[in-house]
Amino acid sequence: MPPAVETKALTRVFHPKKKKEGKSVTALAGVDLRIEQGELFGMLGPNGAGKTTLLKILSTLLLPTSGKAYVAGFDVETQFQAVRKRINMVSGGEISGYGLLTVKENLWMFTQFYGMKSQLALQRIDEMLDQFGLADKKDEKVRALSTGQRQKMNVIRGFVTDPEIIFLDEPTLGLDVNASRTIREYIVDWVGKRKDRTVLLTTHYMAEADQLCGRIAIIDDGRILACDTPENLKKMVKTSTMLKLDTTHLENKQGLSSIRGVEKFTFTDNPENNMTSLRFVLEDEAAVSDIVSSVIAGGAKILGLRKTEPTLEDVFIKLVGKGFE
Amino acid sequence: MSDTWLMTNLRAVKGRAYPRVIGASREPSWIFFEVALPLLTVAAYAYIYKFMDAPAAFIGFVILGGAMTAFWLNVLWGMASQLYWEKETGNLQLYMMAPISRMSLLAGMAVGGLIGTTMRAAATMIIGIGVFSITLDLSEPLMLVVVFMVTMIALYGMGMMFASLYLLLGREAWHMSNLMTEPIYLASGFYFPVKALGAYAAVGASVIPITLGLDALRQLFYPATSGEYGFLPIEVELLILAGLCVMFLILSKLSLDYMEKLGKRTGRLTLRWQ
Ligand SMILES: Nc1ncnc2c1ncn2[C@@H]1O[C@H](COP(=O)(O)OP(=O)(O)O)[C@@H](O)[C@H]1O
Ligand SMILES: [Mg+2]
Repeated sequence: MPPAVETKALTRVFHPKKKKEGKSVTALAGVDLRIEQGELFGMLGPNGAGKTTLLKILSTLLLPTSGKAYVAGFDVETQFQAVRKRINMVSGGEISGYGLLTVKENLWMFTQFYGMKSQLALQRIDEMLDQFGLADKKDEKVRALSTGQRQKMNVIRGFVTDPEIIFLDEPTLGLDVNASRTIREYIVDWVGKRKDRTVLLTTHYMAEADQLCGRIAIIDDGRILACDTPENLKKMVKTSTMLKLDTTHLENKQGLSSIRGVEKFTFTDNPENNMTSLRFVLEDEAAVSDIVSSVIAGGAKILGLRKTEPTLEDVFIKLVGKGFE
Repeated sequence: MSDTWLMTNLRAVKGRAYPRVIGASREPSWIFFEVALPLLTVAAYAYIYKFMDAPAAFIGFVILGGAMTAFWLNVLWGMASQLYWEKETGNLQLYMMAPISRMSLLAGMAVGGLIGTTMRAAATMIIGIGVFSITLDLSEPLMLVVVFMVTMIALYGMGMMFASLYLLLGREAWHMSNLMTEPIYLASGFYFPVKALGAYAAVGASVIPITLGLDALRQLFYPATSGEYGFLPIEVELLILAGLCVMFLILSKLSLDYMEKLGKRTGRLTLRWQ
């Protein structure tokens, strides 16, 4: 059985339209990835990491500059028709469809592009609208939906054709807690019940990746930095100590990185309340006292200090040396 | 190409045609732009002809031309600029990702546009005929239908070709459509027989399928005026139109393939920030 997704040294470079309009951007720089059938796999990375570019290549909308990508064993470049039959994709913030059609009509229209019999399609649409709590909206025009309702509709659009592999590009982007939860629960339930179906989801929400995904690839700057289960990823920082430190505005932070025992650190300055929040990954807890002295010597006051459980954010900080936003 | 491949693509045509057919009845403003406005222009010309004591047939020519305006506008604004617009809303990438021939999508757009527009054009015709008490010759109904259908296939085939080309042009597309809206009335002889332009200009204008189609329809509705105002014999016009059908359908397939290849390579099929 071929893997659901496989890429080999996959690279994508975008060239500017005109030479003088800036430099080329390498969105993917040699990505090797193997996702087995039945996985709920997450790509976690900040904005601009290359997540969408990867999904566009896998969904046959964009060609690789070099390297190879296979979906269900088919080459996305040469066997794109075979790939298209087996996939679907939903993106966060999508505004697809036609505003003058109702929710149900829009969903029906998209099923027709997959050759579904109308009767089967309409029956499945009804069931899914019910599951997503949208049954009472099915005859409303799409433009009357809230953001959350609209995204639920988009998610139904993706799943209703019963794809072997579904690509979800930041599916809960900008949604409220309830809509996000409904969508997340549906995704987990869907792969859970179907052993031969695969989900590849991208997100820049750490907690979402942690909660949903069986395996996660951390991607930054077009490169995969680590790929494992959330538990194993967090073990990477298990031997380290995580420290959160809040201070009054701290001007000079350079010295902190040279303190012995400090592996990586990030900070955010909050000018509104004149505070600085720092987050450290420490090889050696003994570094805490040096950090505290350094902060005080820098003229700032300590407002709070605590050790934390490792999260994926710490893994990311350790790998990349910077925070996420 | 199996049975299921054909069925899938027929369903795609139906799916894509649906919003256009249903849309016509849900957007009442279209009735204003595509029925009332052409009727006003038609009425203006009709009264001028009346005032000038022009042959009665001229008023019929004008009404027919007015009704056909709707198809031209639909092809320009609803076909040619459509893919560009679909890209902006994010529909295009969903269409391009679907396991169907891209021609089915364009065909769906065309069929839907044709059905919706035919309803509006028919309204213009019926009202015009009623208001100006026009009598048309209907002795060759089969030929009328054949000429109309062939004209429409050629016209919408041209729209399908433009759809891909406009996508390559991007924003310029809007200017193109604006630019092409007005002069076409003149070139296609909407408001007077194309023969009046002189032979060379008429041949030039004939690349636009509606020119010959309209001329042939006029000759069929008013056989008596054929000799004086008809541009070419109906059979010849039909033959050329059939040629245009084939040409535009082939060209639209070629430009669609080219657009898709180029788009996949440059990343222009999809919105950059999605
Ligand atoms: N069509 C494009 N043209 C030029 N650059 C692009 C295009 N699409 C994406 N990029 C660039 O490629 C990089 C990766 O983008 P993307 O894959 O959208 O990241 P993500 O989805 O992780 O936020 C970014 O630097 C982005 O600016
Ligand atoms: Mg993205």
